[in-house]
Amino acid sequence: MPARIVVLGGGVGGTLAANLLSKELGRDARITVVDPTGMHVYQPGYLYVALGQANGRWLARDERTLLRRDVQLAVERAVRIHPEAGTVQLERGGNLEWDFLVIATGARLVPDQIPGLVEGAYEFYSLEGAQRLREELRRFRGGRIHIGVSGIPYKCPPAPVEFTLMLEEYLRERGIRDRSQVTLLSPLNRAFTIESASKLVQPIMEERGIGLTTFFNVEEIDPSARVITSLEGEKVESDLMIIVPPHRGQTVVTDSGLGDVSGWLPTDKLSLQVEGYERVFAIGDATNLPISKSGSTAHFEAPVVANRIASLIRGTAPKANYPGQVMCFLETGNGKATALRFDYEHPPVPPHPARIWHLAKWMFNRLYWETVPKGRIPEWAPMVRSKR
Amino acid sequence: MTTTEVSRSIDARGMPCPGPLMTLIGAIREGQVGDVIEVLSSDEGSRTDIPAWINKAAHELVEVVQEDGFARFVVRKAR
Repeated sequence: MPARIVVLGGGVGGTLAANLLSKELGRDARITVVDPTGMHVYQPGYLYVALGQANGRWLARDERTLLRRDVQLAVERAVRIHPEAGTVQLERGGNLEWDFLVIATGARLVPDQIPGLVEGAYEFYSLEGAQRLREELRRFRGGRIHIGVSGIPYKCPPAPVEFTLMLEEYLRERGIRDRSQVTLLSPLNRAFTIESASKLVQPIMEERGIGLTTFFNVEEIDPSARVITSLEGEKVESDLMIIVPPHRGQTVVTDSGLGDVSGWLPTDKLSLQVEGYERVFAIGDATNLPISKSGSTAHFEAPVVANRIASLIRGTAPKANYPGQVMCFLETGNGKATALRFDYEHPPVPPHPARIWHLAKWMFNRLYWETVPKGRIPEWAPMVRSKR
Repeated sequence: MTTTEVSRSIDARGMPCPGPLMTLIGAIREGQVGDVIEVLSSDEGSRTDIPAWINKAAHELVEVVQEDGFARFVVRKAR
């Protein structure tokens, strides 16, 4: 009888894991992906939507078209996981039974955790948010813009810095840069979570006249007074507040009693097994791992999970471990970008911003649909494939 | 050893920078004024980052104790 594998979530990690398992196990497995929308969204594109460089249509595809033919897709919301019974309860009734479970449910945005955030601020972490911000930026004629973060962890750590640098360029192109002040509010004492990347971007920010306020964790927004207050007790007045909302794990995880206080799954950093459960694995933003919440992380984790499950089904000792590998690009504006490649043991040594990295990111964005979810890593990207 | 009664202890050993600081910030966000939070960190960066943040956020750094391979930061939420 084929092994029953259920994958919760049709994002990068879930889709890739399902396809790799299907490729590896063929008829030895019956694989079902459960996703509440049935749509696969390329979230790195939100940034471009907000700045009017892309439209939303490019960012979403029917999940069915990305899965191998023998992988089943259930467009359903999973509401409860019962790891002891080996079942997942679905919202519309019924249970799915599994021998192996992959939880790749991602993160959810909880803007209502910060008073005034929904009413007073803009964001580019959802398609609706990015489209709303694009309209507001079109109406913008100058003033004080603040870009901030209301808690760590949040998805794609470079995004606020990247957005800030790209926004500065956008304002110049619109001819309203001299009437605008751009300030990054960083939760840390530097611009970016990773020190080496901070050292690279801070001089660029300075050169372009972008302000940096450090140790500013957004606590509250007063939409009528247009004031942002930090946890550290500082207040800034702003004409346009662009704030990354707080993130939490999905409700199916917390409702099942599997997450920590924020809903992240306690996950073994090497095997990616959910602690306490040999047959339950976690991928991507859903984990509590001390590594970036990003598509790249999920991209590198999915093969490890697929390999481990295949080994367990075949009765061989699982060997694959996740070394904490992440690779992403960071746009620095003016048609240039840098690349961040790191793992648990090796912090990134980003190259000086250059056009080649911007082109690499541009190409990656376009090739994404035909490569990453389907397990075809582009041959032109040796830096993605290489091991340190 | 600290003589202050600790309300919450966070073991952030093994967590890379800025994990220990961000975990402390989360605990301060959730805590009550007067709570004493203890953070164990093996990350070198915490030695400067944690005291610098406490200073900016106007909380109280009760003590820093160097243990074998990690440091223990004891912080009181002051406001």
